Amino acid sequence: MTALLQVKAVETYYGNIRALAGVDVEVQKGEIVCLIGANGAGKSTLMMTICGSPQARTGQILFEGRDITRMPTHEIARLRIAQSPEGRRIFPRMTVYENLQMGASLDNLKYFNEDVEKMFALFPRLKERQSQRGGTLSGGEQQMLSIARALMARPKLLLLDEPSLGLAPLIVKGIFEAIRKLNETEGLTVFLVEQNAFAALKLSHRAYVMVNGQVTMSGGGRELLANPEVRAAYLEGGRH
Amino acid sequence: MAPVSATPGRAEASTMARALREAVLAGIIAFGLFVLYVGLKTDQNISNELILVPRPGLLAIFVGLAMVARFLGVLYIQPAMKRRRDAKSAAADLELQPSYVKRNFSTIAIIALVLYPPLMVALFGTQGSLKWVDNFGIQILIYVMLAWGLNIVVGLAGLLDLGYVAFYAVGAYSYALLSTHLGLSFWVLLPMAGILAALWGMILGFPVLRLRGDYLAIVTLAFGEIIRLVLINWTEVTQGTFGISGIAKASIFGIYSFDVGAPNNFAKVFGLPMSAAYYKIFLFYVILALALLTAFVTIRLRRMPVGRAWEALREDEIACRSLGINTVTTKLTAFATGAMFGGFAGSFFAARQGFVSPESFVFLESAVILAIVVLGGMGSLVGIAVAAVVMVGGTEMLRELTFLKAIFGPDFTPELYRMLLFGLAMIVVMVLKPRGFVGSREPSAFLHARKSVSSSFTKEGHG
Repeated sequence: MTALLQVKAVETYYGNIRALAGVDVEVQKGEIVCLIGANGAGKSTLMMTICGSPQARTGQILFEGRDITRMPTHEIARLRIAQSPEGRRIFPRMTVYENLQMGASLDNLKYFNEDVEKMFALFPRLKERQSQRGGTLSGGEQQMLSIARALMARPKLLLLDEPSLGLAPLIVKGIFEAIRKLNETEGLTVFLVEQNAFAALKLSHRAYVMVNGQVTMSGGGRELLANPEVRAAYLEGGRH
Repeated sequence: MAPVSATPGRAEASTMARALREAVLAGIIAFGLFVLYVGLKTDQNISNELILVPRPGLLAIFVGLAMVARFLGVLYIQPAMKRRRDAKSAAADLELQPSYVKRNFSTIAIIALVLYPPLMVALFGTQGSLKWVDNFGIQILIYVMLAWGLNIVVGLAGLLDLGYVAFYAVGAYSYALLSTHLGLSFWVLLPMAGILAALWGMILGFPVLRLRGDYLAIVTLAFGEIIRLVLINWTEVTQGTFGISGIAKASIFGIYSFDVGAPNNFAKVFGLPMSAAYYKIFLFYVILALALLTAFVTIRLRRMPVGRAWEALREDEIACRSLGINTVTTKLTAFATGAMFGGFAGSFFAARQGFVSPESFVFLESAVILAIVVLGGMGSLVGIAVAAVVMVGGTEMLRELTFLKAIFGPDFTPELYRMLLFGLAMIVVMVLKPRGFVGSREPSAFLHARKSVSSSFTKEGHG
């Protein structure tokens, strides 16, 4: 069986600086896969490269066996690769409800009413805040909105870039719980980039460790959690 | 704020002292500002030499006005505003039912506008109504329409366009040239002018796709100037600075004409005395219809995917792309739609004036239109209309203020101070209402109840 997402020997540059130095990653259907690594390792760059901005200079990215390496971002999104980007990037002056509408624009709101109820069930806080402006939400609520907006597109693959960034541990727990629930009940495939290695590894079926633009280790989530090297580098420094 | 003191009497005294102090300070600043501009005037004497004429009296009036205004401001207006703010914040928790007028503002305004020309005719007679229908009515409505058109680009899509007048020019010259050369009527050329302007909107759109904010503003500014310079220098076609005159008037769908010699002349057919007023009243309704069309389309588009995409684009381009929105086409449609309404307004302008020249399409026009959009509160149709009335109506009103001559002397021409007052008005509005007249934004989608979003979260001054 071919993987849902295959990243093959991808190199990405910012000008002359090589941010990704030949990365290979695979995500199978129905999996939660996480990518951990230190600041500047290239995690977010990989995520953005999958979305086509910036595009990979060499290598190949396949989604459902189809080459998406040179596709523009919005066409990649139309293949149902939804992204909750780094820094959330919700629409601050639009209401929560309108933000969710924007997420459903691929199907022109065909499933909107049905899906918006699902999101409100998943994140009840969003229901309370639905007529508020996105910019007035707390960080955690914004993160929920960002994920919910991505889910409104009915994605085959959800890319999450640091959903725990800047959030209180309790909220992180809630968000990760929601991701697990979606994966178990709906079979949602998730590719997750995290600095909060402990929580991310616990959640994931498989994981990759990235150092200086290269994948140095991979394996099952629990397996890496027990790995002394990983523990030394990403976990013992204090559980974030 | 005034220092807190134990007794009200002392508080008053200290406010008075502060008011006096600030009045003197304002006087000094006003003196410094105006001493060279107003206090001195260059004139030519009989032997063609440039001489300086001091104008101490006028300078004194300016300084005096500034001092009095500051004094009254500190003493009365500031405390009154503070009281109002306090009262407002106390009442903020109450669910306020907006008044009848406020709820039905648009309907009332439209009815009032429809009744405006007959009312003016009744009040001032057929000939006397000319000034009110033409100078005020039509002039303001043209700017309302232009500002609503620009609002699509700036207010909704968030693309700062400083060259909007270029599309106005394209519309005006399309009508002027095609009607004089091909003899086509206004009603055929109106959509054509719109389409041509939209085309130019796309032509501008392509190179600036990657630009945002300040960079976009500069390129659009240059685009506006390019169009104007082409109009000046391409003399074989546009007749340069001479402009094109004798442009055909619009007719009532070809049934009645407003040409004096025509057999189906409106006044002749109905046995009315000849007057230019009928044509102006007709034009008033045409521009009213065009402006309402602009508003209608804007309101509809906001609820449609493309309108939502524009608003999302204004907020975050990267997020838009990751949601599958093609930002290229979204931007181009915004430019094209905005330009199209500019083109409509332009062809109307040409039909109204009967004469177009590049002088009507200078950068200042773009700036005025943009100022109206900003003052009105980016994105708010009602606010923009109010801003247009204040800005354009205000400057027209200056011509009427002959009583100012009594204060400033017989040589005073209020029109010359137009820009000064324009600037003052903008500063006042931005100080009092930094998000424009109507800063709140109506959400285009809601689940149960429509709840307007407080102005505190809408766009403030920055592009």
